[in-house]
This record gives sequence, C-alpha cells and structure tokens, in this order.
Amino acid sequence: VLEVIAGSADQDAGGQMSTTGGHATAQADEQRRRGAFSSRRVFILAAIGSAVGLGNIWRFPYVAYENGGGAFLLPYLVALLTTGIPFLLLDYAIGHRHRGSAPLSFARLRRGAEGLGWWQVGICFAIAVYYAAVLAWALRYTFFSIDQAWGSDPEAFFFGEFLRAGDIAVSADVVPGVLVPLLLVWLPVLLIMALGVQRGIGLTSLFLIPVLVLAFGALVVQALLLPGAGAGLDALFTPDWSALASASVWAAAFGQIFFSLSIGFGIMITYASYVRRREDMVGSGLVVGFSNSGFELLAGIGVFAALGFMAQANAVAVGEVASGGIGLAFIAFPTIISEAPAGAFLGVLFFGSLVVAGLTSLVSVIEVVISAVRDKFDTSRLTATLAVGVPAAVLSLVLFSTTSGIYVLDVVDHFVNQYGILVVALISMLVVVWGLRALPGLGEHLNVHGRPRVGTGWRLLTSVVAPAGLTIVLVLALRDDLAAAYEGYPSWLLLGFGWLLVVALPLVGFLLARLPWRAGTYLDGPPPGSDPAAPLHASPMTDATHRNSPDEGAHR
Amino acid sequence: MSADAIVMMVVAMAVIWGGLALAIASLLRHGAVEDRAGSVRQDP
Repeated sequence: VLEVIAGSADQDAGGQMSTTGGHATAQADEQRRRGAFSSRRVFILAAIGSAVGLGNIWRFPYVAYENGGGAFLLPYLVALLTTGIPFLLLDYAIGHRHRGSAPLSFARLRRGAEGLGWWQVGICFAIAVYYAAVLAWALRYTFFSIDQAWGSDPEAFFFGEFLRAGDIAVSADVVPGVLVPLLLVWLPVLLIMALGVQRGIGLTSLFLIPVLVLAFGALVVQALLLPGAGAGLDALFTPDWSALASASVWAAAFGQIFFSLSIGFGIMITYASYVRRREDMVGSGLVVGFSNSGFELLAGIGVFAALGFMAQANAVAVGEVASGGIGLAFIAFPTIISEAPAGAFLGVLFFGSLVVAGLTSLVSVIEVVISAVRDKFDTSRLTATLAVGVPAAVLSLVLFSTTSGIYVLDVVDHFVNQYGILVVALISMLVVVWGLRALPGLGEHLNVHGRPRVGTGWRLLTSVVAPAGLTIVLVLALRDDLAAAYEGYPSWLLLGFGWLLVVALPLVGFLLARLPWRAGTYLDGPPPGSDPAAPLHASPMTDATHRNSPDEGAHR
Repeated sequence: MSADAIVMMVVAMAVIWGGLALAIASLLRHGAVEDRAGSVRQDP
C-alpha cells in the first residue's frame, strides 16, 4: 500500500523523461497536473472495478437464463470477441494516445468532435446521480440482512416500508431511510475523488477489487452448498439451442457485453489517459475484458445456485423464482437470505458485494466528469470534485430520496442506457472510424507496445461488426419502446425523465464544447511524444503556437 | 444437474477463465520482454 501511495504521478511522470528537452518536461508537467496511475496493475484493477458493477451481478444471470441458458454462451462469446474487446481497445487507444478526458481526446482527434466527449460526460453525470441511489439501497440492505428486517414479505417491505413508494407522481416527500444512506454513499465517493487518480481511485481499486472477489467467492461457495443449488445451475446452463435462431437472443448478448464493459461513454478513454505511455494496452484490455466476463460467470453460478435453493424451499420450478435487476436483489435475495442457513452471512456478502462493485463503478463514472472539467477549465482537483460532486449529490438526494424515487430511477436508467450510452457509443464509433478515419493511427499506437498486435481484423470488427451489432440492439430496443410505454409508465414521466433527458444531453454537450479551453491547452492532435505514430510537431508543448489561447477558444 | 448443463458449465469456465489466465500470462510475459528491452536501450 505504501508503494502505491508513494508511487504517485510524479514518479510516473519522471519515468517518461527518456524523451528529450521540452517535450519531456511538458509531458511531466501535464501528467503531474492531471494525475496518473502508478502502474499497469493499478490501472487494470481500476478498469475492472469500473466494468464489474451491479449489472454483472444482477443482470447477466437472468439475461443468460432468459436467452437460451447454456446456449447463450455462444452469442455471448461472439459478442465479447467481436464487439466488446475491439471497442474496449478503441477506447483505450483514443485515451492513451490523446492523453485526455473524453472531450479533450475527441478535440485532439478533431476540434469539431469535442461535443461527442461532452455528450459522454453528460451521460456519466446522469448515471452517477441515480446509480448512487441504488448503492444506498444496497448499503441499507447490508444491515437489514443481519436481522432480516424485511420479515416475511420482502416485496411489501421494499416498496412499502423501505421506499414508501406511493402513486406514480413526482413527490417531494423525503424518505429518511433512503436519504441517510445516500449521504453515506456520497461522502466517501467525494473523498475518493478528491484524493486523486492514484491515491483515490487507484488505491480504492487496489483494496476493494480483491475484497469483492473474495466476498463474492465466499458467497458462491455458500450458495453451492445449499440444497437445490444443482437445480438452479441446471436451469442456468441447460442449453436451448433453438434460441440461437432468434435475433433478440443475439441482441441480448451484444447488449450484455456492451453495457457491462463500460465502453463507449468516456470511462475507458479517461482511465487510459492516466496510463504511462509505454504500456501494453492490448494485453491490458484482454485481461479487463475476460475479467469482467469471468466475474459475470461467477455471479451467474452464485445467483442461480441460490435461486435453485429458493425454488426447492418453496416447491416450485426455478423459472418461477428467477428474476433480474431490482427484483432479484431486493425481493428474491431477501427471501433466500431468510430461508437459508447462515442467511445473515449470505446477505452481508451479497449486498456488501453490490456496494463494493457499485462503488468502484460509480467512482469511474464521476471521474469522467471531473477529468473533463479539470482539462477544460483551470481548476484544482478539489475544486473540480466539489463542482461536480456536490451538484450530483444534491440532485441525487432531491430526486431519489423521495417516495417517487423508484419510478424516476427506473425511467432514467432505462432511457440513459438504451438511448444515451448506446447512441453516443455508436455515433462516436462511427465518427472516429468512418468520419475521421482515425483507425490506422490508433491501431499503430496500440501496436507500439501492445501484444498481440491489432491489424486488419480489429479494424474490420471496429468499423463494421461492432457498429452493426450495436445498431441491431438499438433498433430492437426502439421497436419495443415505440410499441408500448416502458413498464406502463404514464407518458409525462417517460417524456420528462426519459426522452427529454436523452435529447438534452447531446445538446448540452455541444454547447459546452463551445466554451474556450483553459489557456495553454494543446489541441493539435496527439500531444508530441505521445507515440511514434503520432505526427511529429515541430515544437514542444511549451510553444505557444500549438496552444489554445483564451482568444482562440472564444472564436470556436 | 443434467449432462448437458454440466458440459456447458465446464465449457463456459474453461473458455472464460481459461481466456483470462492466458491473457494474464501473455501480458506478464510480454511485459517482462519489454522491461528487458527497455533496460538494454537505457544501458547499451
């Protein structure tokens, strides 16, 4: 731990002094200002922490079960190898080569593309606001598990006593039982963000990811020892090969991979920009991609073993108790915890894992916003943290600690995921690949230190297969939402917190792109010395001709 | 558990966790080669 704390950005920057003169000094200054991960290991753990979130635990098992069980493995692996990892490497290449937050990296790709970065930032801000609320629920349930406070009816307890959910309407009635844990989530998050890239995010990941794996591993072992666990695994893994003929099954696989890898909305661009220059980003990407899927598989085994126990205890089929999302976590699992031997221990492990997995993901989402603010404006880490974190926390408290919080959360989550993340990822990818024709340079950058090398296959997957896969996911989602109101919610709720939000985010993003960059920001392509593939600029970063002056920014 | 389910579970574990093990081994091996190459460049 001491090594990690001491291995600060300063040391890392010092390691880059092999380049000469002004470039090296400017690089070191920039790295000191922005922060950096002290080692590849810290970066990989932080990236895994971002990718492994609530969706791995409560989404994957049910999606797999619903879409062919064991047969789902085939489209899932195809999606991982043809879209997930290639897209992850694209994000890494953009951030690592251009050494900036999402807006800065896109601006360095092409000035006019900066708005895409801000669009991604806006989406991350929206996610952070509601994601914290789910963490607050999980935090509270960790303690509820000890004495099984939900009693004999977990569903009535969750919606009634805990959330106090009333009619579907926007309400200002605060629920103290949600407000307090929500505050308790935001306080450590703000502290982590204020501590910076290495001492905050890096150290948190270095400590919490092993804790998460150990805790969830213990949960899986306990679940496998429960009577009926075999029936649960049978339900999850028995293949229904006929499902492979369904387009929706393939779309579910591509969607699962896409949503669980944290790709396409700025996180991996931002994290990659904190990695030292001479690093194998391809190898790191493979480790992160397979770690994410490895954890999902572990989650599937643990969750369905527990559901098998629940089904046997209630003398019903596994299909009757199988669920995902909020229903799995806050209704099915409390039932299992109440009925299982050593249920309190199982509950603390389950909800504690949700809190830890969610916390490392939440941190990564907010870092996208903080990093962008720091790159764009001349602010300290603390100022940026407060400028971003306090409004996010206040919005979070106002919107989600009330009796209408669950409805607003459900709608915002659905629309931000389906039409926020998915659309911005698709458009960004198309712009980078087809609009800016940046793939050759990015691939060359990855190959400088990366193994295995990326080549024609990666370019084909990134330019054709991945966009096609994501388009199908988007079209199917749009078809469903146009056919029927999402979850039967009233149109004013879907319009106000759904469609309006997803339309407003890009507009705000492109408005933010019109603001001037802080004085001295280098915007002419990848920073000098970024890689041998980058265009060699005549003068170092200290040369005023290659910097964006306030006046220049004002004209943009 | 049925035989089909057991086979699919084992295949899933082998492919995903095996892939992870291979990715880690490859990264470590390549990292070591890069480090040696870096040392040679710095101290010819």
